[in-house]
Amino acid sequence: MANKTLEARFRGLRREAERRVQERQREGVPTISIVMSTCALASGAAETRDAIKETLERIKVPARIVPVGCMGHCYAEPLVVIDHPASGFPPICYHRIDAGIARVVIRSFFEDGDPSFEYVLGALEENDLVPPVTQFPRFNLEERVVMELCGRIDPGDIQEYIARGGYAALARALDGEPESVIDTIERSGLRGRGGAGFPTGRKWRLARSARSERKVVICNADEGDPGAYMDRTILESNPHQVLEGLAIAAYAVGADEALVYVRAEYPLAVKTVQKAVRDAEACSLLGRGVLGTAFDLKVSVFQGSGAFVCGEETALIQSVEGRRGMPRHRPPYPVEKGLWGRPTVVNNVKTLASVPPIVSKGADWFRTIGTENSPGTAIFSVVGNVKHPGLVEVPMGTSLRKLIFDVCGGIPGKKAFKAVQIGGPSGGCLPERFLDTPIDFDSLAQAGAMMGSGGMVVMDQDSCMVDVARYFVDFTQKESCGKCTFCRIGTRHLLVMLDRITKGEGREEDLEIMETLSHDIKAGSLCGLGKTAPNPVITSLRYFREEYEAHIRERRCPALKCRALVAFYIDLERCARGCDACVGCCPVEAIFTTKGRKKAIDQQRCVKCGECMVACPPEYNAVFKVSPPERAPVIERPPENGPAPAGNP
Amino acid sequence: MIRITVDGKEIQTEQGKTILQACLENGIYIPNLCFLETREQPRASCRLCFVETSDAERPVTACTETVRDGLDVRTNTEAVRRLQRTAFKLIMSAHHCTPKTCPVAKPCQLMRIARHIQVGLNPRPLETLERDVQEEVDLTFFTYYPFRCVMCGKCVDVCRDRNERNPLTFAKRGFDTVVTFFGSGASNLPCDDCGACVAVCPTGALIPKPPPSES
Repeated sequence: MANKTLEARFRGLRREAERRVQERQREGVPTISIVMSTCALASGAAETRDAIKETLERIKVPARIVPVGCMGHCYAEPLVVIDHPASGFPPICYHRIDAGIARVVIRSFFEDGDPSFEYVLGALEENDLVPPVTQFPRFNLEERVVMELCGRIDPGDIQEYIARGGYAALARALDGEPESVIDTIERSGLRGRGGAGFPTGRKWRLARSARSERKVVICNADEGDPGAYMDRTILESNPHQVLEGLAIAAYAVGADEALVYVRAEYPLAVKTVQKAVRDAEACSLLGRGVLGTAFDLKVSVFQGSGAFVCGEETALIQSVEGRRGMPRHRPPYPVEKGLWGRPTVVNNVKTLASVPPIVSKGADWFRTIGTENSPGTAIFSVVGNVKHPGLVEVPMGTSLRKLIFDVCGGIPGKKAFKAVQIGGPSGGCLPERFLDTPIDFDSLAQAGAMMGSGGMVVMDQDSCMVDVARYFVDFTQKESCGKCTFCRIGTRHLLVMLDRITKGEGREEDLEIMETLSHDIKAGSLCGLGKTAPNPVITSLRYFREEYEAHIRERRCPALKCRALVAFYIDLERCARGCDACVGCCPVEAIFTTKGRKKAIDQQRCVKCGECMVACPPEYNAVFKVSPPERAPVIERPPENGPAPAGNP
Repeated sequence: MIRITVDGKEIQTEQGKTILQACLENGIYIPNLCFLETREQPRASCRLCFVETSDAERPVTACTETVRDGLDVRTNTEAVRRLQRTAFKLIMSAHHCTPKTCPVAKPCQLMRIARHIQVGLNPRPLETLERDVQEEVDLTFFTYYPFRCVMCGKCVDVCRDRNERNPLTFAKRGFDTVVTFFGSGASNLPCDDCGACVAVCPTGALIPKPPPSES
């Protein structure tokens, strides 16, 4: 390094971090890492941790309990890793460890030397004793750039991040000229991970060349898509990689102020980032005179109060300034005139977290991952009807089929794949024939969906596409800021029409009106939210038009989903005489006994909850669901039997 | 001075003006509801002032584009009219038009726009939307009629210009968005009743209350 003070300061920092981490390992006590991110806590990680602590105390085994961030394997939470080199076993990852199982596993591991294979997910290293996790496609098909350290380090301990090579990229960037950092990012081809895919290097260059004394860099962690939680997980699991990226961005564009805009609904992420900022300041990695150089950076954490539209950069800026979060017309773009009128770079969490690896390993390395026009990796939170939901990081260009069926295990319950919604409420629903579409910015846009920020909802044959479109339009119309005509009123019209179609009251002309209106909303809206809000309607109309037509013309829901269009009935041939498993579970007493001592459903009384279908013993399987409701055979209730029919007291 | 062409007619204007300003000053009407001369940045929320220019492939809002020498502007193409008509019908589906009882002098701005883009005042084929709000809302100095309001935001903008505390503002989200007023009751009001908001309203959604009688 050219700058001797900088080099010395950083080397000292790193040596100290390595020494501390090694010291802990040398103690010889086992390390038990427990995933403690929001999703793990929701599945009971805190109880698991308490049970482990309590059991260790009872059997008098000293151990270091480390809370780590999310590994991305939501289907397997709570996850626990036991790393005890003295036992002869490699570090073993256990899955679905509730408090009860935790007691069993800890006792048998430490008392009997038995690693309880039935709860093992896999070993984290190659070995001869325990099958390693790398055998699973979920691990070996992923490529982790942003999430490499997520779930492997304690997010609350800056030393662990530094010891693993953290902040080396910042030291390296500070050693050179800001322009050379921008050159590297530009050459790497990194595109904004917030959804639009704008080249990050170009954005930084525009901000750098903007003439102003003071500039600002904002990390946008106002993640609001239903079913998306990538940004939260990254902030909770490895906040320092984001802060390092933020500091590099600030240095590159010449900003002395940075802001992490994180939504208040993410309390753990807020707390983790706030602590990370304090720790980094204490290590002179942020704040005044970073690592002894002339570069100052004041970082603050701003909590957004939960408006979806505040993820849009101009609305985000308004909200920081203390106003109602409403997008404004661009230009002027924030890079010219943003927060408090200063040139402002707004980058997504994943974009910033991609920066340190690029600076450390070089632009050419980054380009070896992904495709020509979309280098790097894509992070998706895959939810819905898949066997292994969770966070996945795959190289760009991976096909949807590979992601859904190989990495995430496909559709559970022997059901058929129907559609995948990519990009949240702004994205589109793609049917089966698009499964071989490569995941990158341009291919997805071509198919009518969009990369979005990374929400992916997989749907099986039981999903009604009209209902799905209705759900997303309901979301966007509720979250519209109400500023411009098309978004405020247009999406409401879409919702009214979708609503009545799912109730079987659709009109023949609705489809055409929806189509024209959707295109006008796209063309006429002020901001990105409005421009993309009709996408679920447009794509579902394009790819699943026959479902809309069935709803309108036949009052039939092909997926048997829309409540107003289905009916339950009991097949008298299959129903067992004398069995009354369904009777007790019906919340509205709609099931009565027929003359032949079998059961039947009073359609007037039935609320279509489906409980009887669940309760009917599998050997009879007598309850059926049909659409349209008229297809259910009518069976009269015998007059002497049970309560009077509904509406006839 | 620079020259631009609007619908084949050459007009002169100044650098820095928006297309909408240049046209209105030269007597060329472009439909608009939210444009306010005093506003530094256009609100661009009514989505009515679409035009086509030689600079862009798709229609753009005239209030956000600045003029440049030699610019060719067209205000009445099919694409422009389509967006304007949809936007207008959307507005009319939420604005309950009652010409007989409406206090605004006729023809009102909405009538003028309807005539200009050759559509009726009804929202067809769209239907009239209902809202879960009161017909009349008491905002201390004036009464607010949500079903007349077209959310142009002019009242909020002029209020911001005159009052540091911006007592008039928007509340709620999406289709339920309304204009509202901070503070109620006679004491400690954040506003000195200048009436600018009432004067600027194009649709009669804000009506001043009669002063309280002496008795």
